Formats: sequence, C-alpha cells, structure tokens
Amino acid sequence: MSILVVADHNHQTLRPATLNAVGAATKLGQPITVLVAGHQAAAVAQAAAVLPGVVKVLHADDARYAHFLAEPLAALIAQLAPGYTHVLAAATAQGKNVMPRAAALCDVALLADITSVVSADTFVRPIYAGNALATVQSSDKIKFITVRMTAFEPVATTGGAAAVETVGATPCAIGTQFISQELSKSERPELTAARVVVSGGRALGSADAFKTVLEPLADKLNAAIGASRAAVDAGYVPNDYQVGQTGKVVAPELYIAIGISGAIQHLAGMKDSKVIVAINKDGDAPIFSVADYGLVGDLFQIVPELVKQLA
Amino acid sequence: MKVLVSIKRVIDYNVKIRIKPDNSGVETQNVKMSMNPFDEIAVEEAVRLKEKGFATETIAVTFGVTQAQETLRTAMAMGIDRAIYVPVETDLQSLTVAKALKKIVEKEQPGLVIMGKQAIDGDSGQAGPMLAGLLGWPQATFASRVEVADGRVRVVREVDGGLETLEAPLPALITTDLRLNEPRYASLPNIMKAKKKPLENLTLADLGVEPEPRLKMLRVDEPAKRQAGIKVPDVATLLDKLRNEAKVIG
Ligand SMILES: Cc1cc2nc3c(=O)[nH]c(=O)nc-3n(C[C@H](O)[C@H](O)[C@H](O)COP(=O)(O)OP(=O)(O)OC[C@H]3O[C@@H](n4cnc5c(N)ncnc54)[C@H](O)[C@@H]3O)c2cc1C
Ligand SMILES: Nc1ncnc2c1ncn2[C@@H]1O[C@H](COP(=O)(O)O)[C@@H](O)[C@H]1O
Repeated sequence: MSILVVADHNHQTLRPATLNAVGAATKLGQPITVLVAGHQAAAVAQAAAVLPGVVKVLHADDARYAHFLAEPLAALIAQLAPGYTHVLAAATAQGKNVMPRAAALCDVALLADITSVVSADTFVRPIYAGNALATVQSSDKIKFITVRMTAFEPVATTGGAAAVETVGATPCAIGTQFISQELSKSERPELTAARVVVSGGRALGSADAFKTVLEPLADKLNAAIGASRAAVDAGYVPNDYQVGQTGKVVAPELYIAIGISGAIQHLAGMKDSKVIVAINKDGDAPIFSVADYGLVGDLFQIVPELVKQLA
Repeated sequence: MKVLVSIKRVIDYNVKIRIKPDNSGVETQNVKMSMNPFDEIAVEEAVRLKEKGFATETIAVTFGVTQAQETLRTAMAMGIDRAIYVPVETDLQSLTVAKALKKIVEKEQPGLVIMGKQAIDGDSGQAGPMLAGLLGWPQATFASRVEVADGRVRVVREVDGGLETLEAPLPALITTDLRLNEPRYASLPNIMKAKKKPLENLTLADLGVEPEPRLKMLRVDEPAKRQAGIKVPDVATLLDKLRNEAKVIG
C-alpha cells in the first residue's frame, strides 16, 4: 500500500488544508507521497518534503498547472494514481473540482468529504447536511478520497526529509482557458483555519452593517468573518464567506452566530465548532439548540456592547 | 444547440431526516420529496438559454424510482421541452450516473450539459466532473454566471477565495452553484402543458450500463448531539463565561 496526497497550494505556499489531508493519510499508516502540481512552485515542493510522514514529493512544474484547471490536473493525477492504493486531497473547491474527474478517468468512485478513517477500505462521511454519518466501504482498487479538513488534525510543517522527484506534465488537449479571478482581499485569518469565526446572517440587513457592526467585533477577536447563505445571496458579503452544507465547513475554537436562524444547511457547516455563541432576537431560533451560550436580543445593541466591553 | 440537464429527486431540503431503526439508511418513505435544489437551478439556466435564443431544445434526464417522473414533469412545467426517464430501483452512485449520462449525451449530442454541483442527499458532489472526465469535455463547476457566445461558454465560478472566470469551447459541462439564478415557479397553465410534453423511457440496459456499486454503505448513524447550552442574560455574563468557563478568549 502507498498513498498519494494531492497538495492544494498557491504556487508559493501549501494551503493549510493540505496539512489536514496529510493528517488523514497518516491514519492509513503507510508511506505518503505528495503531488505538487503547479507553475514555478519549487518552494511548495520543498515545504511538502519536510512534512512528517512524507517519503516522496512528486513535483510537476508546468504552465498548464498555473491556474489549477481541472482538465490537465485530473489527467496528471489519473496517470499517477495506478501506482497507489489511495489518492487523497482536501475537500477544498479545488479538490471537489479535480478529484471526481480524476477518479472517473481511473474508473473508480470517489469517497467525498470523509470525516474518519475506519480501515484501509472503510471510511465515514457525512450525508444529508451532516444529519447522518454513513460508514462506507469501497471495493475499488484505488480509493479516491476528499478529506474534510475540520475532521483531521493537521500534521506539523517540519520534521520530514523526503526526496523531491520531478515528473513531467501529462498531455491534455482540452481547451479550457483561465480568464481572470476576483479574490476577496482580507487581512483576516482564513475562514477555514481561523481560531475564532464571527458570522452574520440576513438580520445584518446590509453590506454596511457587516462593516460597521461585525468587523469591529472580528477585529477585537482576531476573527475571520463568515456568513449565512441568506447574507451572501443578498450581496452583503462575497460568496466565499458562506458557511454551511454547500459552503465552507468550519470548526473553530469559538463560533459566534449573529442574526442567523440556524437552518440545517447552516448548522452543517459549523456545528463541530468547540464553543458556539448565538445572538438572536428570537429566543426560539434553532441556532440556540447548538449554542453553548445564547444571548437573546437585538444584535444592533448587543454587538456594539460586546465590542465596548472587550476593549 | 441542445442543452441537457440532469435532475435528481431527493428528500426536500426542509425535512428533518430520520435514520432507519436498523441503521441501514435514511427513511425515504412518506417523506416530502423535491427536485434537488441545484438541479432546479440547472433547469432554470437551461430554460433561460432557450429563451435567450442560445438553446434550440432543452432536455431533462433523471434516474430514479417511478415517482421521479413527477420531478421530470416539474422540470417541463418550468419550461424544459422534453424528458428522459430511466427507472432504477436503488439509488445510483455518481460514477454510474456519469456513465449512463455519457451514453445519453452521445445519443443526444447536446452542446451544453448542466448539472447540480451536488445532490443534497448524498452530498457527494461528483457526478458532474465525472461525466466531463468521461466525455473528455471541458468543465466549469460551481457556476454563478454563464454566458454563451460564438461556440464558447464563459463561466464565473465560486471558488474558495472568491470568483474565477473560465472560458471553454462547446461542448462543455457546467455544474450550478446557488447564486447562478433564482428558479421560477411553474405556473398552473404550464403545469397543464407539461403533461403533454414528451417523456421518453429508457432503461440502463438500453444504455448498456450496469448499476455497479463500488461503495457499500455498511451503516448509517446519528451524529453526536451537542450538549444543551445555556442562555445568558447579558453581555457581561457572556464575556465572563467565554473567559473563565470556556476559556476561549483572553
Ligand atoms: C440547497 C440549499 C443549500 C443551502 N446551503 C446553505 C449553506 O451552505 N449555508 C447557509 O447558511 N444556508 C444555506 N442554505 C439556506 C438555509 O436554508 C437558510 O435559508 C439560511 O441559512 C438562512 O439564513 P439566515 O439565518 O441568515 O436568515 P434567516 O433564516 O432569515 O434568519 C435571520 C435570523 O435573524 C434574527 N434576527 C432578525 N433581526 C435581528 C436583530 N435585529 N437582532 C438579532 N437577531 C435578529 C431572526 O430572528 C432570524 O432568526 C441552503 C439552502 C438550500 C436550499
Ligand atoms: N439519480 C440521478 N438522476 C439524475 N441526475 C442525477 C442523479 N444523481 C445525481 N445526478 C446529477 O448529478 C449531480 C451531482 O450529484 P452527486 O454527485 O450525487 O452529488 C446532481 O445535482 C444531479 O444533477
């Protein structure tokens, strides 16, 4: 048995999610190879080489991987996969985009978003917005897996000493073209890796309220900002703030839900947080059923008061 | 150009699901079922492409139990021109869905296939990219905007850091995200009209595909419940609890 982990990175640094994916791979107790496919990404290959448990890094450096398009990446992964029993990646937007395609090219199923490793062929994954946990056994020769970050401890960023081996790019003639990207700029910690998350819902009522009411609290707590789908749909914050079944899954030390009702789709993305605080004017809002500490009242009074008392 | 959409009938997103007492799965009997919300968005997008003159014909496909045909009627009431129903007795896994759809795509030759980014029952989110891979087509997943022009499609995608724009030659495959559009409600006259729209029956055998499950569901369990929390009277108490009881802030 040997394991291939596909790194998620930005050509300069490894994304934290990769450390969780390697953490999950470690549970399988077998030698781990990390694939770094990118463009001018030697620094990433070096970073992967020192992860504990990693025995080899495959570095594919080519302009066609510059934007992580699914077509060339899946072709590369599918070409390398037959040398491994397991191919893992974090369940990030990139993992969800590329891994199913690569799995299909190998004629195998994908185990999406696993939260636990039971054995080499059996894994647990949430279904129905996390309201049920399925234990699933794979009969495929190669197990393709995406890993829910919050369910696995990240490995340390030092300790290993793997060799870096260069691999060539796999030909791929599909004409998808990258045009542009519009990334949300923020000085705050990354949502899925933050120790504290402050999330706002429809009740905030405007983009302005996110700035004037929520941001001061996030500043005080050095928190990332999240949101419900309703707040994203209304345009108060960008799409990548959405926490939930179909957004990001977070499990910080502290999650503060402000003016969020607590629909199952939202709970799916945050109910594994260590401590949950809910602020809502409706004492019967479902969010209180998962909150450790609930405060019933108007957020426009409570949040500024909170900021003041944190000073 | 034809546009093909796949739709799945799933437990309605508002239903609180129940796990079967023998832990063999989730109870689907006597539960409200609906079209997978992401597939509703796919249907809406296909209908809009036809209304704007980019699509000549729109087709919806489902693999499901007998009642799934009602979901196809809903899609036709929203404006889809015709439907293909493939009966299956048990839930098909995404890889089989992709293989069967590939056969339908080869037969129908659509210029664009639009699927949901995930079915909200299994939350596996993979049939779309799998089909694109099997077809050797370009893919643009998690679409929040789609524009067709000159044999190409330009798609704005929702990614972890924000938005990304891709362009691909047709034929191509798209999966929908929540912000792509707001699906319309079917009007009563359109529901009546949909009853007369063509609904073709095909079997997996016709398509030469077998439902080969690669993943065996051993059991389904209830997730651990959170300990019930408390309500605090004011901000000062909240901060005191966070500092001294939970010890999550300094
Ligand atoms: C396919 C699908 C996928 C979805 N995916 C997600 C997802 O990933 N993430 C997600 O979040 N949702 C998701 N949803 C949407 C989800 O079902 C809910 O609609 C959404 O979470 C509601 O957002 P909200 O709590 O902000 O708004 P609401 O439900 O409208 O709640 C607003 C809350 O604010 C409170 N409030 C109002 N004014 C004040 C005030 N002044 N002070 C304090 N409290 C106040 C109200 O009491 C209420 O509880 C999805 C839905 C579907 C169908
Ligand atoms: N049984 C099915 N019938 C038709 N389409 C399906 C079926 N299962 C999955 N799909 C399509 O594939 C998408 C992704 O499904 P999944 O991979 O199961 O999350 C869905 O949004 C549907 O568009």
